[in-house]
Amino acid sequence: MAGLRGEAAIVGIAELPAERKQRRPELFTLDQYALLARMVLEDAGLDARVVNGIVAHGLAESDMFVPATLSEYLGLPLDFGERVDLGGATSAGMVWRAAVAVELGLCDAVLAVVPGSAMLPRSERRPSSGPGWYGASSNNYGSPQAEFEIPYGHVGQNAPYAQIARRYAAEFGYDERATAKIAVDQRTNACAHPGAVFHGRPITVDDVLASPVIADPLRLLDVVMRVQGGAGVLVVNADLARRARNRPVWVKGFGEHIAFKTPTYADDMVRTPIARAAERAFSMAGLDRAAVDVASIYDCYTITVLMSLEDAGFCAKGEGMRWVQEHDLTFRGDFPLNTAGGQLSFGQAGMAGGMHHVVDGARQVMGRAGEAQVAECHTAFVTGNGGIMSEQVALLLQGE
Amino acid sequence: MTEPRPLPEPTPVSRPFWDALAEGRILIQYSPSLGRYVFYPRTLAPGTLADDLEWREIDGRGTLYTYTVAERPTAPPWADRVPQILAVVEWDVGPRFSTELVEVDDPAALRVGMRVRPVFCREPGSSTTLLRYAPAT
Repeated sequence: MAGLRGEAAIVGIAELPAERKQRRPELFTLDQYALLARMVLEDAGLDARVVNGIVAHGLAESDMFVPATLSEYLGLPLDFGERVDLGGATSAGMVWRAAVAVELGLCDAVLAVVPGSAMLPRSERRPSSGPGWYGASSNNYGSPQAEFEIPYGHVGQNAPYAQIARRYAAEFGYDERATAKIAVDQRTNACAHPGAVFHGRPITVDDVLASPVIADPLRLLDVVMRVQGGAGVLVVNADLARRARNRPVWVKGFGEHIAFKTPTYADDMVRTPIARAAERAFSMAGLDRAAVDVASIYDCYTITVLMSLEDAGFCAKGEGMRWVQEHDLTFRGDFPLNTAGGQLSFGQAGMAGGMHHVVDGARQVMGRAGEAQVAECHTAFVTGNGGIMSEQVALLLQGE
Repeated sequence: MTEPRPLPEPTPVSRPFWDALAEGRILIQYSPSLGRYVFYPRTLAPGTLADDLEWREIDGRGTLYTYTVAERPTAPPWADRVPQILAVVEWDVGPRFSTELVEVDDPAALRVGMRVRPVFCREPGSSTTLLRYAPAT
């Protein structure tokens, strides 16, 4: 099968501590890119001038020409510039694209960093932009969402994820103590990770069940918390990996699958694109599920984690509720999952939420997770999930 | 004050669907080469890009594929409309349709798979008719 040889590695990571109310100065996204780029390079112990590739998402300051604008601002000429538009799967999608560009020899070192602060300096002359509540839906004329979703109130993420959970419940049953346990175990992990927004605030299953219903069956503590932050990685070739300071985290396999935008139009709402993406990633890497030492699964909601565990092949379809009850998902447990708290308990720093999982996996394989370090951790499975289980990416990362 | 709720604006592609709703009928597209109905309106058939989409009337009956009862408004225009019962209906002819449930006496009695019937809702102060659904009696 075509695929990576595993000769590109993450050697630098960065993640700003999550803040609910930002205390750091407000920065344009351009400046956030620069800050995060500096952080991943310092972390790697490499000079900025090694960078000749950028994979980016977007800039609040410019709708177009994102790689060129970044190249100019950072003062780094590029042999590879790319923009990725996969929602919550963007970050994982950035990492494999960076690894492919490195393995093809297009470039030596690729910045893959994602600003995660919406607290931008505001113009005194120009009014702020219109209502932000369309979220991931487009209300532009001619958009299918504008015409066939938004007029009925189908907007935002909570309701469609709740619809997925309701459909799952109808097919397989629903144990709200099992989904709650995902949130509880991840909170335990957040309590061992100082950068997490909920560090120092453990919760119980009863706390989750006592939290208010947002869109049934989802409750407040089944849902991510928006925070301000930012995260990124540096992906380099084997030569630079040998010169870098950290244990290289090789990108061994990946898969990506995009199936729809709105789950109404999914072939099957409860069998998600991560199935195909994960299958490709594992076969590309030549690894079994049992080889995974740590998993960092995109967790906008507890139901997302549950269905991703099933569809990525860690347990049989429909058995996830029982499986999570039988496994300890904390960093001390038999299936360490989202060991920095995940987005549920670290916080979701906007588009950088997806990069949280890449950094979590890489940090563990580097052996730098501090109190939350998983012993003998060499292989990480990371997922990204965009839209409403619409577009998903799987990564397999491995230390030597 | 609550923000106005956004209404759909028919396009050159979708206008037959909206015009039919205003008359209390449901017109959606059918591709003879695919042998199935298609929703939402397009210019070419999904999957094959066949140029054979034609409009056909359907009765709009179907089953409840999934739903949620949103206790918090999904966006500011619905602040005074909670709980919103946001549903996906699977038409008997095949495609699925995002909609809202109305005429629901007891949300706890809703079940995935139950029969539902179309309700044509002329939006006040506009010429737009939205297609909502109610439990079939």
